[in-house]
Amino acid sequence: MSANPAAAANAASSSNEASAISVKELRKCFGDHEVLKGISLEAHKGDVISILGSSGSGKSTMLRCINLLEMPDSGEVRVDGELIKMKQSRDGHQAPADIRQVERIRANLAMVFQSFNLWSHMTVLENLVAAPTHVLKRPRAECLEQAEALLKRVGIWERRNYYPPHMSGGQQQRAAIARALAMNPKVMLFDEPTSALDPELVGEVLRVMRSLAEEGRTMLVVTHEMGFARDVSSKVMFLHKGEVDSVGEPKEMFAKPPTPQFKQFIANFNK
Amino acid sequence: MEFLSDLQAQFATAYELLAAGWGVQLLWGIGWTLAVTVVSMLIGAMLGSMVAAAKLSQRGGLRFIGESYTTVFRGEPELLIIYLFYYGGTQVLTGVARSTGSIGSTDILNMPSFLGGVLAVGIISGAYQAEVFRGSFLAIQRGELEAARAYGMSAWLRFRLVIVPQVLRLAVPGLGNVWQLTIKDSALISVTGVAELMLTANKAARSTHHSLLFYTLAGILYLVMTSISTPIFEKAERYTSRSFTRPK
Repeated sequence: MSANPAAAANAASSSNEASAISVKELRKCFGDHEVLKGISLEAHKGDVISILGSSGSGKSTMLRCINLLEMPDSGEVRVDGELIKMKQSRDGHQAPADIRQVERIRANLAMVFQSFNLWSHMTVLENLVAAPTHVLKRPRAECLEQAEALLKRVGIWERRNYYPPHMSGGQQQRAAIARALAMNPKVMLFDEPTSALDPELVGEVLRVMRSLAEEGRTMLVVTHEMGFARDVSSKVMFLHKGEVDSVGEPKEMFAKPPTPQFKQFIANFNK
Repeated sequence: MEFLSDLQAQFATAYELLAAGWGVQLLWGIGWTLAVTVVSMLIGAMLGSMVAAAKLSQRGGLRFIGESYTTVFRGEPELLIIYLFYYGGTQVLTGVARSTGSIGSTDILNMPSFLGGVLAVGIISGAYQAEVFRGSFLAIQRGELEAARAYGMSAWLRFRLVIVPQVLRLAVPGLGNVWQLTIKDSALISVTGVAELMLTANKAARSTHHSLLFYTLAGILYLVMTSISTPIFEKAERYTSRSFTRPK
């Protein structure tokens, strides 16, 4: 046997190579209420998965369990094939076994929040360079250059020296997307990115997100934007009462809803 | 008319006394008062931030220590705490010095009055600052802390890049208040013999028998110090909250 460790390692990783995110049997309770009842999800490189569901279906909680902003009670999460190591804490809950590993993985999973969550004491430009320089330890000059380019891309370069509270919601969310891009993330997590916006500002954010999808970024998008789910995403996942109700190709799902729950869900939206 | 000429005589006396050396003494007094206040504020800031962190801790033991600190040092008269520190410190220092043989068995090593004073006032100031810091921390938008976690920042980075700048911004108005309290508390450490403004006014009053004159003068000087600090803190507040006020 010509055992070559490097080749073996390559073979091992290539089996997972296309899997950017893999979630298995995720469970989470808040008190007595079971929010996630064993959810699994597989995202390959370049996938844009829209996660739909009525409020309380567990879709945001699932997303937040992936980067451990919420601690799942059980289940496993792999990012780029790497398992996030967990341990049992003294009170019987799960806790990260290695917080350094979690921090390193989080830096690869840039998140865009519903309420933007830009750091309000920093200018837009500072918001974009803070994590790349301090977390990824990249040279500041290089980060600044990239930040300016990203701000141009999302169309708010002229606002680069503004503080977030001085900008509209749409501008803040575009800045937040640029902040996420500045991490050169492997996967982008969007948690209802347009839900806090005035209707007339939704379009500018969706346009940026669509352009990211078109350049092949891997994205998990919790959203209520049916148009985005149907036209932009490569896969739609519908959660109902903490379980995966249906998964499929968007055009098919919307043309022929596979379950009565999903049919009901989109019917409510078309009212 | 008689009243006016009386007032004129008073001013003349005041001028004479101040020119005879009490003026310089009072200026030194102001200097010491400011020194005591600044050092006490700094000690208080260190203690206050630790106590605030303890009170916000998830560990019951730390919370208890934090709660006890603020309860005791806000609940006891300042003068009593100063006496405790001064005499307590003297006893401890004397005990240590006697046991190491650096002083004779009947000698006494006094607590240095400045050190004892600023420790006592700093500890009291810290109790008030702890409440300011705690309130400021609780006022930070949770989402911003969450974003810091989501972007892979370690606890130390979150503290340095997000928590400290925001706590400072939110704490400035409250700290202005504590600064004023601390200026006033500094007058109490005259009892330990630091020649700050209060002690100097006291000395002047006793040795010249012009008590009303010197106490009034000291009162005016304290008021000047506290009122000058108000616009300074307002300016600091405008600067630290610049991201929330509309640009002009």
